Amino acid sequence: MKNDIKFINILIKGFTLFILLNGIFALWQPGKGQVSAYNVIFPGRQRLPFGENSAQAYNLSLFNLDAMFASHVINSGQKPGDEFRVLLIGDSSVWGTLLKPEETLSGQLNSANLSACGKQVNVYNLGYPTISLTKDALLLSYGMKYQPDLVIWLTTLEAFPLEKQIASPLVANNREALLGLQGSYGLEFDPQDPAFVQPSAWDRSIPGQRRALADVFRLQLYGVMWAATGIDQTYPADYTPAQTDLEADPKFREAEPPVLDEKSLALNALETGFRIVDGTPVLLVNEPMLISPGANGDIRYNFFYPRWAYDRYRDMMAGLSGRNGWHYLDLWDLVPVDEFTNSAIHLTPNGESLLAGRIASVLPGMCK
Amino acid sequence: MAIGQILIVAAAALFWGLVMRERGRSHFLLIASILVIFWLQPALPLRGFDFWLPAATLVITVFSWYITAPEETRRERGNWVAAAVIAGTALLLNLTRFLPFDSILTGARPPQTGIFLFVLGAAGILLLLTTRLMRFNAAFLSISIIGLIIVFLAIKVPALTYWVSYGLRSLTHQSLAQAKVADLRWLGFSYVAFRILHTLRDRQMGRLPAANLAEYVTYVIFFPSFTAGPIDRIERFIQDLRRPQDKPKNDDLLIAGQRFTMGLFKKFVVADALALIALNDTNALQVHGAGWTWILLYAYSLQIYFDFSGYTDIAIGTSRLLGFQLPENFSAPYLKPNLTQFWNNWHMTLTQWFRAYFFNPVTRWLRSWNRPLPMPAMILLTQVATMVLIGFWHGVTWNFTLWGLWHGLGLFIHNRWSDLTRARAAAWGTTPLRKNLLAVSGALITFHYVALGWIFFALSSTSVSLLVFSKLFGLK
Repeated sequence: MKNDIKFINILIKGFTLFILLNGIFALWQPGKGQVSAYNVIFPGRQRLPFGENSAQAYNLSLFNLDAMFASHVINSGQKPGDEFRVLLIGDSSVWGTLLKPEETLSGQLNSANLSACGKQVNVYNLGYPTISLTKDALLLSYGMKYQPDLVIWLTTLEAFPLEKQIASPLVANNREALLGLQGSYGLEFDPQDPAFVQPSAWDRSIPGQRRALADVFRLQLYGVMWAATGIDQTYPADYTPAQTDLEADPKFREAEPPVLDEKSLALNALETGFRIVDGTPVLLVNEPMLISPGANGDIRYNFFYPRWAYDRYRDMMAGLSGRNGWHYLDLWDLVPVDEFTNSAIHLTPNGESLLAGRIASVLPGMCK
Repeated sequence: MAIGQILIVAAAALFWGLVMRERGRSHFLLIASILVIFWLQPALPLRGFDFWLPAATLVITVFSWYITAPEETRRERGNWVAAAVIAGTALLLNLTRFLPFDSILTGARPPQTGIFLFVLGAAGILLLLTTRLMRFNAAFLSISIIGLIIVFLAIKVPALTYWVSYGLRSLTHQSLAQAKVADLRWLGFSYVAFRILHTLRDRQMGRLPAANLAEYVTYVIFFPSFTAGPIDRIERFIQDLRRPQDKPKNDDLLIAGQRFTMGLFKKFVVADALALIALNDTNALQVHGAGWTWILLYAYSLQIYFDFSGYTDIAIGTSRLLGFQLPENFSAPYLKPNLTQFWNNWHMTLTQWFRAYFFNPVTRWLRSWNRPLPMPAMILLTQVATMVLIGFWHGVTWNFTLWGLWHGLGLFIHNRWSDLTRARAAAWGTTPLRKNLLAVSGALITFHYVALGWIFFALSSTSVSLLVFSKLFGLK
């Protein structure tokens, strides 16, 4: 090495290259989630990536929908001709909090070895742990490119309030995708809602996206652990069971009896979902919930809902489905109180089995 | 060390190397090193001990200097100044307890100043009394070495550490039920102890170069290499320390920059990524299939290399900015064709230390017997003993013992094997292709032997280690 190397020249060249590379990256925004080791080196995940304790769950939450779907088993290749493809959309109860992949609703439906319309039923879990109809519509729009024959959309009243729609971090970080749904399907939301994460020029550079890039990279690495262990969430030996002794609070969020104002609910997001599927059959399910036998059970069904609000909601859903000709299954009281885990909507494997059995019974009639 | 801490340390080194250079260099190195040992010490459940442990490091180091320094140099003015700087810096750190915000230089709020001054005074009086009452002869040095080894064992033997923690909790009126091994996580002490042992033993042998207090303390707790080595030798270190510092040459800056950047990349990109999939106590029980178990083991083998050699690169790069050329610690160890060469290129400064202060003296002693052991028995004994001790350096547990045994036996087997086959291998390996074949197959076998040894190193339980062995070979 020679001593006449100019240190300042190295700095200038390095800085210039840094600016140049970042400028290209910010303008180009390469599809950094589309290339995936899943379904190539590692088996695809049975459910979308989500994790709050990455080191133990070998899973993580990220907001890159391309990367999330690329890691899912649904992305494993062309849809076989003899497959009756079913997408499950919903919240953490569909995703399967505290459940192993085979214990979830999709796992139990798949293990039942069902057939529908002369084809083998394959159910794909596209549930995601946050409660928001807009989040569901967003995931549904991504799921549609996988050519489903049926969409089963499980929901509950908690997914409807307008203020919940963008609160999901997955929604808040995907404003561009939502704008697409607004333009194409009339999804209503305020694009300037401060809850949205709007990237600055710096955020679009490589250093600005270091977290997102690292998340995509970590997701690929956790593919090793997913393949090696089959684990994608933590299963604590003990957890706090869902609350059954309740406050004597008759309010649902800010709403007081007896009026559940439909204007405060994101019915448009639900309708948008039906527009997105474009004729593909949808089975809309009011998901099972815990009905509390404990204190103030006469006022509230559970932690989430006062009785009056939930009863109104059920009436509203029945009416809405009837008017629109939707296939609607109201399974709100299907599961006994002992079959819930840490939330009024999280089921035990037995609870999921009950639900799977009920849904399986209507599948054969859901052909296009 | 977190990346932020590393960048701050490197920025300080760069500033001093480029701007200040020779001005106040020795004091800067001394004060910075003292600050860093307090700053890096993580907060501990034992109240105040994140301050007392670095303080104990300083007290032990100063005592060690005192008993190793030539008598005529101890009372030189410069040493009094250095002692004042050391005590003053520690006192200033203690006084940060009065700041209205949480101290950023200590793990938690430092203990009461009165108690600190009392301990400081007691340490000074003890030192003076020792000077008056003791002669620092070979026997005293031996006692000091044993004392230091006892302290080392107290933090490396989990059962002992637990009881020390229990005693300290009792002394400080903290919950005894909460006593645990992690109470005494004494950052950097393994390296400090081995540097001091080297000076005590060299003093005993009459080959220790004279070093003043500032030089000695800086050598022992030199901040770039405090937490992860390398274990330098004092005679080499003080040569660099005493060499006048001109403006760093571009070569120095480039080499320092390259090593530092490479170190950051190895540690924070490669090693930290591999850590996500590396074998550990949890996933060892969860993994299914021999193939995936091998992958987790490979990931661990690479992770530990990139982690450790990354830190070494960072230390070498940072010290280069300050005019030091620390010794190398790794030289492509996984590419070596046999286990002996692996150990000549893995954590080199530690193995050199053990060679100098254990293996060679023990071998000489065994050879000096009237009826020496047969050569193979002597090789087996010394190699196994050396490797088990290296295992103990990491922690006195069954798994580290097994790891040491694994390598000791491996070295012995390689020694015997190469004796048996050397002539045949030389006769067969006459073409470049054959030579390469021998080298590649040797490297593959060596890597896998080392990787299998890591099972004991990575896991805390022997039964889980054996389970992993059975999974690797399809037995479970």
